[in-house]
Amino acid sequence: MKQCYVNEQLQGQPRKPPNITFINKMAADDDVESSSEELCLFYKDREEWKDVTPVPQDDGPHAVVRIAYSERFQDVYNYFRAVLKSNEMSERAFELTTEAAELNPANYTVWHYRREILKALNKDLKQELEYISEVIQDHPKNYQVWHHRRVLVEWLNTESNELEFTALILKIDAKNYHAWSHRQWVIQTFNLWENELAYVDTLLQDDLRNNSAWNQRFFVVSNNTDCDDATVEREVTYTKEIILKAPNNESSWNYLKGIVSTKETIFNYPGLDEFCQTMYDKQLKSPYLLAFMVDMCEDKLEAGVDKETTLSKATELCTLLADTIDTIRKKYWDYIKKRLVSRFSEN
Amino acid sequence: MRVFKMAAPRCVIDLAALTRQKFVDDGVSSHSADEQENVEASVEQKFNIFHQWAEKEPEEFKWPPLNKEKHLRYLHKGLHHLPESYECLDASRPWICYWILHSLYLLGEKIPEEEASRVTQFIGKCQCPDGGFAGSPGQQAHLAPTYAAVLTLCTLGTEEAYKSINRETLQSFLGSMRTTSGAFTMHRGGEVDVRGAYCAVVAARLTNVYKPEMFEGTAEWIASCQSYEGGFAGQSGMEAHGGYTFCSIAALVLLGHERLCDTQALLRWLAQRQMRFEGGFQGRTNKLVDGCYSFWQAGAFPVVHSVLSKQDTSLDCTSWMFNEEALQEYILICCQNLNGGLVDKPGKPRDYYHTCYCLSGLSLSQHYLNEHHSCNYVMGGPENELQVIHPIFNIGLDSAKDAVAYFSRLPVPNIR
Repeated sequence: MKQCYVNEQLQGQPRKPPNITFINKMAADDDVESSSEELCLFYKDREEWKDVTPVPQDDGPHAVVRIAYSERFQDVYNYFRAVLKSNEMSERAFELTTEAAELNPANYTVWHYRREILKALNKDLKQELEYISEVIQDHPKNYQVWHHRRVLVEWLNTESNELEFTALILKIDAKNYHAWSHRQWVIQTFNLWENELAYVDTLLQDDLRNNSAWNQRFFVVSNNTDCDDATVEREVTYTKEIILKAPNNESSWNYLKGIVSTKETIFNYPGLDEFCQTMYDKQLKSPYLLAFMVDMCEDKLEAGVDKETTLSKATELCTLLADTIDTIRKKYWDYIKKRLVSRFSEN
Repeated sequence: MRVFKMAAPRCVIDLAALTRQKFVDDGVSSHSADEQENVEASVEQKFNIFHQWAEKEPEEFKWPPLNKEKHLRYLHKGLHHLPESYECLDASRPWICYWILHSLYLLGEKIPEEEASRVTQFIGKCQCPDGGFAGSPGQQAHLAPTYAAVLTLCTLGTEEAYKSINRETLQSFLGSMRTTSGAFTMHRGGEVDVRGAYCAVVAARLTNVYKPEMFEGTAEWIASCQSYEGGFAGQSGMEAHGGYTFCSIAALVLLGHERLCDTQALLRWLAQRQMRFEGGFQGRTNKLVDGCYSFWQAGAFPVVHSVLSKQDTSLDCTSWMFNEEALQEYILICCQNLNGGLVDKPGKPRDYYHTCYCLSGLSLSQHYLNEHHSCNYVMGGPENELQVIHPIFNIGLDSAKDAVAYFSRLPVPNIR
């Protein structure tokens, strides 16, 4: 039974557990950062921990970057250091890691130690998976909790509900890097490619600018297919449609270049030249369109096609970008122009 | 040395033109577009206010001042005491030391001997018997606090600091973090991503414990992290990201394998990360500007320059290939907290991490240098100028030179 309650409310009646003495403790001072009222039985006051000598933090006599730990934090960690030192592998040490992790979920030493106990006591990993799900939802951008989950899944050696869980997190933050990373690892490890493209589709319908979803698309297509002609064609058609909807969406242009490049230079890929030229002729000012056209010119120049006209077109586009359309990147486009001239002019 | 100055930031010179740089949603709204538009609105507010102030200013140069005194006060405070809210960084205390000391260095602050000694001793308490450094005394060794500890000690630059590093156990620790794929795990039983490789090779190079066999396969593994977008991800297959990109290209250069990178593709992606309205950098395509990318993204340009300079005659030898004035405009107008410290973006709270990386980005955008000459792009008065950094390590250029000189005189340990 949990013997330490933390009541975050400043008003209202605190919950009183039966038959347990408790210490009602207000925050130490008016410090805004610690406004929780703590109802806590410190480890140092617990009967069943009397055999353990707490180990205070040894910062040395002249510590710097000293953190104003709460009393609870110090108490928990004094005891954590103690069990770490004696390498105690027990249920009570396990519960202690729960509290330590709650106080600082970024403490990788605590998580690692918890994993040792999980193994030593042969604990229920499925239950642990449920626990870590809760923690991740509270701290979705923390490395340690995601890594903990990955280790559990590795140990269980089953895909469990990883796709569902990552989808849950991505519903709240569709670009969470850790979630995507975990999802990619799960898909690769357990061969769960089948429905991923459909999942990516739903995310892109939601937000066609979700670059993480575009990246996942590339991940699926490049790993799960041979990037055969039919697949690439389908992808190009798909992407062109999205580009037409929102020509200033950089993600779609990056993807187009990426997916075509697995097979072919963008210049050589059928229909792209025309696709771009049509938009250009309609006075479309998207800097990504123009950049794509510069890249196509470069491909053409490398293939030795129509050198003079192509170089002239390329430098014209670079100038347009540098001086009018994409001026924040003026130095970059001036460099690209200079580089093209230096590589391909007839001199 | 050549000096370049712009009279005023874009928001003063031509606010209307700058406003035309705002996000184009093509009539298709989405969450990403909403987020971007919200940030632009809050940045625009800052730009407007500054524009109004500048109109009344009689001076020729109209740039906001860097509030050095306020930042110094914030930094000095943190070096000694941190509030309870920093409990979440209890496993990152060498990082806090580095963020603060590096920021103090950038602001030209000298650290008194006694203070330097205190920091050295504390970092020493974080050193682990089996090598490497932990996030706090008594915790397990981890590559990130190891990196931060080494950088902190090199920033202090005292003999006591250098000597406090146990190079033999450090070498052994770094070696034990390498996996069979060439990638590095962050700590025993920890996660694997490209930060590990960067942290390990920096620590090894600065302290001269580097041996090629410690990094077998590492460069190839890093190269596999370059995505179709041109930037690098944390692991192969993942999305290109500013932090991981900096780690990747810097590590490749330190390993001597920069040729494994498609540099032109990287450069294109990097250039595209500067926000045309805000002036600062985003971490990933279609995400938001953040002051810390002033270093992770902008800091990759000097590294790319050094790679390209060996064979590319078209390279500009007078400045980095991003818009320095726009970046400085973003940092000075949008990222300074009124009470000292710097931030991610307007509306966000200050912290030592953002203070460090905003100032680092400011420093590198103020100074262009190569082997032959240097150019100065300090926007605003001389009081805005920061110390020069070494872009690969992100410590003072002098600190890096001194550390390398000191450790290169020591033999490379030979731990199996």
